[in-house]
Amino acid sequence: MPRYLLSVFGPTERPELGGYASKEAMLESFADTGAFNDMLEREGHFVFADGLEPAATATTVDGQGDKPVITDGPYLEAKEQLGGFWVIEAADLDEALALAAEGSRACRGTVEVRPFHTEESVKALLDS
Amino acid sequence: MTQLPVADAIARAHHEEWARVVAGLARRFGDLDLAEEAAAEAFVAAVERWPHDGVPPSPGGWLTTTARRKAIDRLRRESHREAKHQAAQMLSDHAPPEPTGPVEDDRLRLLFTCCHPALSMEARVALTLRLLGGLTVAEIAHAFLVPETTMAQRITRAKAKIRAAHIPYRVPSATDLHERLTGVLAVVYLVFNEGYLASTGDDPLRADLTDEAIRLGRLLRSLLPDDGEVTGLLALMLLTDARRAARVSQTGELVTLDEQDRGAWDRPLIAEGHALVRERLAAVAASGEPPGRYQLLAAINAVHTDARSARDTDWSQIVTLYNRLMALDPSPIVRLNRAIAVAELDGPDLALAQVDRLTESLEGYHAFHASRADLLRRLGRSAESRTAYDRAIQLTGNPAERAYLARRRDQLVRS
Repeated sequence: MPRYLLSVFGPTERPELGGYASKEAMLESFADTGAFNDMLEREGHFVFADGLEPAATATTVDGQGDKPVITDGPYLEAKEQLGGFWVIEAADLDEALALAAEGSRACRGTVEVRPFHTEESVKALLDS
Repeated sequence: MTQLPVADAIARAHHEEWARVVAGLARRFGDLDLAEEAAAEAFVAAVERWPHDGVPPSPGGWLTTTARRKAIDRLRRESHREAKHQAAQMLSDHAPPEPTGPVEDDRLRLLFTCCHPALSMEARVALTLRLLGGLTVAEIAHAFLVPETTMAQRITRAKAKIRAAHIPYRVPSATDLHERLTGVLAVVYLVFNEGYLASTGDDPLRADLTDEAIRLGRLLRSLLPDDGEVTGLLALMLLTDARRAARVSQTGELVTLDEQDRGAWDRPLIAEGHALVRERLAAVAASGEPPGRYQLLAAINAVHTDARSARDTDWSQIVTLYNRLMALDPSPIVRLNRAIAVAELDGPDLALAQVDRLTESLEGYHAFHASRADLLRRLGRSAESRTAYDRAIQLTGNPAERAYLARRRDQLVRS
């Protein structure tokens, strides 16, 4: 079954309470996201999901030279960064989009849906 | 066996069978690229062979069979094992085609795939014209005034996204059908409007696009005859297109509805459009389901085309229909069009007040300034009218409209 990455972006500088209006609102969103994850597992869509620490905690490594070059901070400088993601399996894009809409509602964020490579697409790449 | 010249038979087969051939191949092989290429090769074969062998008794059947063979040949030629294996399987696949009801027509699946909301509007239009309309990439590029390489790339990218993101090749479920169909109708109507009032370029009208949109509209109606909006859109396009010959003067100037020679309107198209509107009126009365926007726009156009002269137009009926449309879609453009009808019913001063309220949202829209200019002219406010004409001329990209607005403005100076 096709796999999709559902990414949620948020401000690089995270506001207090992660941008939620109140602690209650934050807990409510966490509970909704938890329920959404449970549903993904139950229905056989769940592969992996988690939230990330702020982008300021990221370290970038380039190991292509003689010695790895290590830099503080995320690879891309941006006002918004990846804040969390799901990896799901869905029959097709329609199903993935429907799930993304539910996930977006639960986590109170916009969700980007992106397909993973498949065996065929890698083969096509190798044959090209 | 046929008296038709072969070239006509090929052109006709292309019109009637292209979408069916592509759609059938797309379902069978699950690959839009292969479907498009094999269909194109089958038509090339027809051009080569029909003049010698004669037009086959069933051109559609001949094209389908030939295209399927071309597709299998292509798969065979491809070197990798997977494809060979697949082709071998397909050769021995004598299973009957999937059962298809009217709603499960392959062309309908293809239409929903091409108009998928995950594709950009530009890509949807291009794919629909290529895969369902059978227009060549060069023709589509010409119609939208972009270089052929740009259009080719747009289509290639869209097909690549369909493949990589697994956009399904299927008619949406009943719960999503209505919303997704709205998206399909929007693509068809965009193609029609770009043909009817070209937004750029030297040709004020592009009959290739209006004709193609109507053909798609007819196809949709044959596939979904009970959908009110599908019928409404076809009626709207027919009643609009019926006025095509009267719409641009011999000197290349746009002729507005009130000044058109109604004798030049296409009566058979109007009769067909009116019949469709009557069909919807009866269906709405019987079911109680309120008409959607295309049905209301078709009804408005039916009132216009029903009047023997502009003066005979039933403006109160038109305002009533706009009121219903506003309840569905209170967008500034609908409000602008309603105000134009209000001017005929209640006078230009009332209409102008309504139009002026739309300034903020429609400042950059040529028709807003053209409407204001006309209302100001009727109210004798010449200086303001002139400014509004200038702005409208500046904003419109259509040469016939520019010529019309310039004449109206210059008449103003003399008066």
